[in-house]
Amino acid sequence: MLTKILQTLSPATAISPVQPERYSPSIMRMRKIWDIHGGIHPPENKTQSLGERIRQAGIPAQLILPLSQHIGAAAVPIVKVGDQILKGQCIARAEGLVSVPVHAPSSGCVVAIENRPIPHPSGLDDLCIVIDTDGHDRWRERNPVENFASCDKQTLLGIIRDAGIAGMGGAGFPTGFKLNVRDAREIDTLVLNGTECEPYITSDHALMRERAEEIAEGIAILAQLLQPREILLGVEDNKLDVVAGLQSALQAHDFNALSQRDCIVEVVTFPTKYPSGGEKQLIEILTGKQVPSGRLPADLGIVCQNLGTAVAIADAVLRDIPLISRITTITGEAVDRPCNLEVLLGTPVEYLLQQCGFRAGENNRLVMGGPMMGFALLDTRVPVIKTSNCILAPTEAELPKPPAAQPCIRCGFCAEACPASLLPQQLYWFAQGKELEKLEQHNIADCIECGACSYVCPSNIPLVQYYRAAKAEIRERDRDMQQAEYAKQRFDARQERLQRLEQEKQAARKARQAKAAARSKQSGDADPKAAAVAAALARVEAKKVEAKKAQAANSAEDDPVQRALLKRKAQQQAEAADPQAALQQKVDSAKARLEKAETRLADAQAENSEHLAAFEAAVQKGREKLAAAEQALAQPKEKSTDQPASN
Amino acid sequence: MALTRITSPHAHAKQSTSQVMLWVALATLPGVAAMTLAFGWGTITNIVLAIAFGTALEALAMALRKRPPGFYLKDYSALVTALLLGIALPPYSAWWIILLGMFFAIIIAKQLYGGMGYNPFNPAMVGYVVLLISFPVEMTRWAAPLPLLGEVQAPGLLQSFGIAIGGSTFPIVDGFTMATPLDLVRQNSALMISDLKEEYAQFGSWGGTGWEWANGGFLIGGLLLLYKRIYTWHAPLGMLFSLALLSAIFYDGGSSASAGSPLLHLFSGATMLGAWFIVTDPVSSAVSNRGRLLFGLGAGALVFIIRKWGNYPDAVAFAVLLMNFIAPLLDHYTQPRTYGHT
Ligand code: SF4
Ligand code: SF4
Repeated sequence: MLTKILQTLSPATAISPVQPERYSPSIMRMRKIWDIHGGIHPPENKTQSLGERIRQAGIPAQLILPLSQHIGAAAVPIVKVGDQILKGQCIARAEGLVSVPVHAPSSGCVVAIENRPIPHPSGLDDLCIVIDTDGHDRWRERNPVENFASCDKQTLLGIIRDAGIAGMGGAGFPTGFKLNVRDAREIDTLVLNGTECEPYITSDHALMRERAEEIAEGIAILAQLLQPREILLGVEDNKLDVVAGLQSALQAHDFNALSQRDCIVEVVTFPTKYPSGGEKQLIEILTGKQVPSGRLPADLGIVCQNLGTAVAIADAVLRDIPLISRITTITGEAVDRPCNLEVLLGTPVEYLLQQCGFRAGENNRLVMGGPMMGFALLDTRVPVIKTSNCILAPTEAELPKPPAAQPCIRCGFCAEACPASLLPQQLYWFAQGKELEKLEQHNIADCIECGACSYVCPSNIPLVQYYRAAKAEIRERDRDMQQAEYAKQRFDARQERLQRLEQEKQAARKARQAKAAARSKQSGDADPKAAAVAAALARVEAKKVEAKKAQAANSAEDDPVQRALLKRKAQQQAEAADPQAALQQKVDSAKARLEKAETRLADAQAENSEHLAAFEAAVQKGREKLAAAEQALAQPKEKSTDQPASN
Repeated sequence: MALTRITSPHAHAKQSTSQVMLWVALATLPGVAAMTLAFGWGTITNIVLAIAFGTALEALAMALRKRPPGFYLKDYSALVTALLLGIALPPYSAWWIILLGMFFAIIIAKQLYGGMGYNPFNPAMVGYVVLLISFPVEMTRWAAPLPLLGEVQAPGLLQSFGIAIGGSTFPIVDGFTMATPLDLVRQNSALMISDLKEEYAQFGSWGGTGWEWANGGFLIGGLLLLYKRIYTWHAPLGMLFSLALLSAIFYDGGSSASAGSPLLHLFSGATMLGAWFIVTDPVSSAVSNRGRLLFGLGAGALVFIIRKWGNYPDAVAFAVLLMNFIAPLLDHYTQPRTYGHT
C-alpha cells in the first residue's frame, strides 16, 4: 500500500512541487466516508500516461465538429459552407433548452456540413461541421467577466450555456441545464468528481496536478451560482499527490462570501475502487445518501460536477473561452508515448495517435473512453468531442479478445461486484428469455452499465450487452404501449363527442314534441285529427332541420377528420397552383411543429416526466417529417437548377 | 489493425469458470487423502471410475446434442460432479453402481435439464439418492476404518480396482464393514452416550475414528475455497450453524435418547463434505447472499431432522435436494435491495 502511494506521489512531486507551508493542516481533517456495495479492483494502468506534463496537440489541418456532442437536441448550424470563421466563434446554436452550442476551435473556413463518422457506440455517421484550419488560430473578440462575484445567477448561467459546456466526464449532459436549479438555496452540497475510477484514464488526474488554480476558480464560480453549504471534492486515494495542490488553490477563494453562508470546502480522499466515480456511487461515498431510483441528485440537494467541467466554466467566465478544447489521455501498449494532450475539439483521433507513436499493427481495437465503459471506434478519422476523456489503443496481450462465453454457473461473483446491488445473473437469465416484466421487477433500470459484473464473470458472459439490448426492448415496448394508449384516448374522445351530439339531438326533438303537443292542446281539443296532422307536419319539419344541422356538424365544425380532409383538399389545390411555395409552407409548418415538440420534450425532461418517451418519439417523428419535407423542397430545385442539394 | 465492434467492458478479470471448477476439485484433495488413510483405497477407486464414466457420459451427451465436447469438457463441471459422487459413495463400490450413479448425475440431472448451469438439482446428489433408494444394502455398507481392522488385511490399490471392476457388491470378509458412529447413535436406545463410546471403538475422539479425519480434510479444503473467494461463507456456515444448534438442543445431556453431541454431528458422516462442497454448489443453490444463508440453515436443519428421525444413516443428500426444491422460493423472497430503492 505504502509503496503504491509513493509510486503515485513520485511523478507528481517532480512536476508540480507543493509548498506544504502554504496551507494549514486543519483542512486535512478526516471526514466520515461511506462504502458502496460491490465494486472491483482492475489493474489501474495509470502511471503510463502520467510521465509527462499535459502537451498541446496542435492544430490539425481539418477539424470535424459533430452537432451532437451532448445529451439532448443536436445544435443547429449557423454558418454556411465557404464562411470564414474565427477561433471561438459560435458555429451552431443550441436547439431548445436541453442542448448546447458548438464553437470553432480554431480559425479557418467551413468546407462542409455533412454526415461524417462520429464517436458513438452505434458507429453511425452524423451531421458535422467541417473546418479547414488556416493555422493562424485567430480569435474572435473576447469579453471576459471582470468580477464574477458581482454577476447574478442568470448572467453566469447564460455564459455557461453560451460557451457550449456539457458534462465532460462521460455522458455530456448540458451543464447550464443541470445547474439551473429553481432555488439555489435548495442545494446543500456541491460534489466535484475527481474520482476518475476507470483504469488507464488520467485526464482529470493531470488536470488536478497541473491546473489546480483553474479548478479552484471553476469551483468558486459554481459556489457563487449554487450557494452550497458544503463543497466536497472527491478524489480516490491513488491520486494523493494532487490533494495538497488542490487545497492550497482552494484557499485563494473566500467560499463563505461566495455562497453567502458558512461553507465547508473539503478535498475528500477515499479508497480506490471501481466504479466509485459513478455519480450515484460518489454521492453515496461522500454523503451516505442514495439517490432514489428515478430521481435526480438535486432532489437530495446535491449537484455533482466533473472537474473538467469546472475548468471549462472558469475558462468561459473569466477568459471568455468557450468549450473548444479538452484534455484527452492517449494510452495503451500500442502507443509508444502514452500521455495527456490538450486537444482541440474536432481533432481526428488518427492525428493524435500519430503524435504518440501509434503501432497500428499491434493494436487489436481502439477504444474511446476507458476499458470498462468505453466503446470501440470503427474508424480512426472520428473526431475528439466534448466527452472524449481517453483514447485507448491496447495490444492483444493487454486486452485480449473475449473468449467464447461459457454457461452461467450462478457463482454470484457478478452480484458481489454490482455497485447497484442488482442480481446480474438473474437479469441475464431473464434477458435471455426476454422476460421484460421480470427484468423490471429486478430493477434493470437501475443498472448503470458499469461492466463490473462482466469483468468478474468467470464464464465470460457479455452481461452488459444483454442489459443494453433488454433496456432498449423495454423502451420500445413502453413506446408502443404509450402510442396505443394515445390512440385509445383519441378514439374514446371521438366516441364521446358523437354520443353527446346524438343526445343533444334527441333532447331537442323531445323539446319540440312537447311544444307541439302543448300548442295543439291550446288550439283546442275539438279536432284531434287536425292536431295529429299538425303534429306530424311539425315533426317532419323538425326532422329536416335536424338533418341539416347534423350534416353541418359532421361536415366541418366539430369533426377533426372532416376538417383535416378539407384542409388537405385546400392544400392540394394550393400545391397544384404553386408547388414550390406549398412545399416551403410544408417545411415551415413541420419546423414549427418540431420546435413545439422539442420545447415540450425539454419541459418534460426538466420535470422528469413519465411521458418522456412519448415526447421523444414526437420529436423524432417531427424530425423525420421535417427532413422529408426539406428533401421534397430540395428535389424540384435540384431539377431546375442542377445544383447539389446539400447547401 | 482490425477495428472491431466489441462492447464494453474491454477488460476482464483473469478468473475463468474452468479455474473455479479446478479449484473446487483441488480443494477436495485433503479430504480425499484423509478418507484414503481412514478407509483404504476404496475411495480412490470410486473417484477414478466416476471420473472416467463422467467424462465419457458428458462427451457422449455433448456429441448427441451436437455441441463440441472439448469446449464443454473444459469447464470441468463433470469432473467435479464425478469427484463428489465418488467421495460420497461407500468405498469399494462396484463399477456398475458408479456407472449408474454417474448416468443419473450427468445425463438425467444435468444434461436433460439443459446442461451446466441449468440443473435445478445437484447432479451428484441426485445420483447418490437414486442409488441409495435402489440399492439400500450396497449403499449403506461402509468399510471399517483401517485402524480398527485388526488382523483383517485391507486390499491394496490394485486389489481394490479388482474388487470394483469385478463387480461383486462387496468383498465379503468378516469385519471388513462396520456400523458408522451415526448408525450406532441412531439405533441406540439403551446406553448413555458415554457408555456407547466405551462400547464401540468406532467413536474415536469426537466424530468417529476415520470420520473425524475425513471431515477435517474437507473443512481444510473448504476454508481454502473461502479464502480464494470461490464462494462466500453464507451457505456453509449456515448449514454448520443450524446443525450444531439443533444437535446441541437435542443432546439431552448425553442420555440414551440423545441424538449425539454437536461435535459428533459436525465431524461425522458427510457433514463437512456437504457444507463445503455440496450446499456451496452455486447452480442449484439460492442466488443472493441472504438466500444462500437461508439455504445453508435449512439444509443443516434438515440434515439433523433426517439423522434423528429419518430412516437413512446420513442425510446430506436428501437435505440438499429438498433445499434445491425451495431455492426458487428463497430467491423470490431474498432479492437484495437495489441502490436507490427502499
Ligand atoms: S459471474 Fe457470470 S457465471 Fe457467475 S453468476 Fe454471474 S453471470 Fe453467472
Ligand atoms: S453493469 Fe449493471 S448489473 Fe453489471 S455491475 Fe454494473 S450496475 Fe450491476
